[in-house]
Amino acid sequence: MKFASEFRDRELIANIAANIEKVLGREWTLMEFCGTHTVSIFRHGLKSMLPEKLKLVSGPGCPVCVSSKRDIDRTVCLGDYPKGIVATYGDMMKVPGSTMNLAEKKARGADIRVVYSSYDAVDLAEKNPDRKVFFMGVGFETTAPASAAAVLKARELDLKNFHILSLHKITPPVIAALLEGGTEVDGFICPGHVCAIIGSGPLEPVAEVWKKPCVVGGFEPGDVMQAILMLVEQLEEGRSEVELEYFRGVSREGNTNALAMMDRVFTTADTEWRGIGTVPGSGLVLRDEFARFDASALIECDIETTPDPPGCRCGDVLRGRMTPLECPLFRKACRPESPVGPCMVSSEGSCSTYYLYAGDDNG
Amino acid sequence: MDEVIRLAHGSGGEASRKLVGELVETYLKNDIIDCLDDSAVLRISEGRLAFTTDSYVVDPIFFPGGDIGSLAVHGTVNDLAMAGAKPLAITLGLILEEGLPVADLETIMGSVSRAAAEAGVMVVGGDTKVVERGSADGIFINTSGIGMIPAGVELSSANARPGDKVILSGTVGDHGVAVISRREGLSFKTDIKSDSAPLNALVEAMLGASKAIHAMRDPTRGGLATSLNEIAARSGVGLLIDEAAIPVKPEVEHACEMLGFDPLYVANEGKLVAFVPREDTERVLAAMRSNPRGRDAAVIGEALQESPGQVILATAVGGRRILSPLSGELLPRIC
Repeated sequence: MKFASEFRDRELIANIAANIEKVLGREWTLMEFCGTHTVSIFRHGLKSMLPEKLKLVSGPGCPVCVSSKRDIDRTVCLGDYPKGIVATYGDMMKVPGSTMNLAEKKARGADIRVVYSSYDAVDLAEKNPDRKVFFMGVGFETTAPASAAAVLKARELDLKNFHILSLHKITPPVIAALLEGGTEVDGFICPGHVCAIIGSGPLEPVAEVWKKPCVVGGFEPGDVMQAILMLVEQLEEGRSEVELEYFRGVSREGNTNALAMMDRVFTTADTEWRGIGTVPGSGLVLRDEFARFDASALIECDIETTPDPPGCRCGDVLRGRMTPLECPLFRKACRPESPVGPCMVSSEGSCSTYYLYAGDDNG
Repeated sequence: MDEVIRLAHGSGGEASRKLVGELVETYLKNDIIDCLDDSAVLRISEGRLAFTTDSYVVDPIFFPGGDIGSLAVHGTVNDLAMAGAKPLAITLGLILEEGLPVADLETIMGSVSRAAAEAGVMVVGGDTKVVERGSADGIFINTSGIGMIPAGVELSSANARPGDKVILSGTVGDHGVAVISRREGLSFKTDIKSDSAPLNALVEAMLGASKAIHAMRDPTRGGLATSLNEIAARSGVGLLIDEAAIPVKPEVEHACEMLGFDPLYVANEGKLVAFVPREDTERVLAAMRSNPRGRDAAVIGEALQESPGQVILATAVGGRRILSPLSGELLPRIC
């Protein structure tokens, strides 16, 4: 395949790989925070071009993977709401809940529909005035502004039947939680699209207080390789700064319009991350002014949330403590067609990425 | 004809007889089907017969570049062609949902007729059933087909050998992207058309260039990646595939980026991948490129003694990784 872009130029990438080899002195562990990076690394076979001394681990940057089981259970219960329609992004359908996932709930008769944007859910509400539409808002700072916009739109249209279950999460608090919990990670490849919204500013404490270098990287293979080189250079030189590889889209301040819209609709709250636990101030909930759009007020759920199945190491994978290959269930009980943990569900989950792209010995 | 399909059209009574009679008369006329007997009777010479069946449930039934009717003919003709067979006759089983506009049915039958004529295959029999509204989705079609395999042709997915060159007949991913672009809730603007097409003439040209071709597959559901894995596993060979050599239309590539798909897993309905002995490669390639269905044919890799059963992808940017078969479900009801 030919992608007409310098970010997929074979020679350029070979050059960067040679530079990494040259600059690298000792062993380092880098975390790619975001699932989109994990996919890019595997899909383009970048690990095969990197020295063995350099270890890459995946982080918690897959919104599907970190949605708590309790939140899945609550959404399953919304499926029982009389004349209700649950609208969700497709990736959420197969995330295992305590009793069933959303796909099974749909098969049992609940009206659960896949939408591709938050506005589609507003449309559904507008076209079905006698039904209640519950939109499952999932994602980091990349999708939260669109959810905020949908709520504002619903208010503008004076819709009484649009509600959002905000499971949105924000990234800086969870990076802080990873660092506080102790980590072997030496440096972070940070997600370009999240930072295009929040700016690179919120990463500064990671570099300055925790002394872990950060490079904001794009998702093309050339971007990822360049970000890795910049991190290795910082580490070898004993620097720890926030650097931008993804200069095409990121400023220090971020997208102030999107941030303002998010801030107008949402405020932060403690929230649970699957596999990681409760992270203070990492969730987005509706401000009181928008309470009538809040789906969580309408949930009656008697599902008892069960602990994760024995053996599932999603939490360790999400914290970069192990790769999926080290999990006892990987490729055995846990496969994409019958996932045990959420990391095997999303197309950007570490486990499904490893399953698809890594051979048994190609971790 | 009536405006919509009613249950009576499947009753076996007068309404059925009238509908089927009119459809056959208008779209499918030939000496065999015109008898409207319980079985079609065909005369064949001695030799080996290929026999296949497939059901079509594509959603939506009309998509850019084709519809469920043309797809149902192409799919079965291509399955026969992959065995090296010259398609002889197909049957057409229709399951109609009550309420289907008869105009839609006529459009579909017109497509069946044109697709069969292009492939040079007769529709020799069929069946029509009508189910209540809600029990099907507009129309489902089953086609079965038979074809004759010429002497000396031995194609099987178990026959690939180390040293074989892997030839792909053209761009991948067109059909899946064209269909998904018209799904409810996901319409996006694209000029991509399905590649749905009969491949029997292309196969005939290839076998004319070399009867020693070892294996062929049309990469439909599961895409090229899955077909390559099936052949690697069945033949016990390793495959080294060069990603940069795989033709993908830029629009398909961009749509896939947007949707989170990998074009190597997206369905095709008018492409084939062939395993050809090294010494015959140029001849086969030249024959393919002079056929409209093989204009963009390219060598995309080779079969190896090493790593039997595995497909290794040399990525376009210079890396290497395993190319796995599709797991789980990419897109339901793509054909």
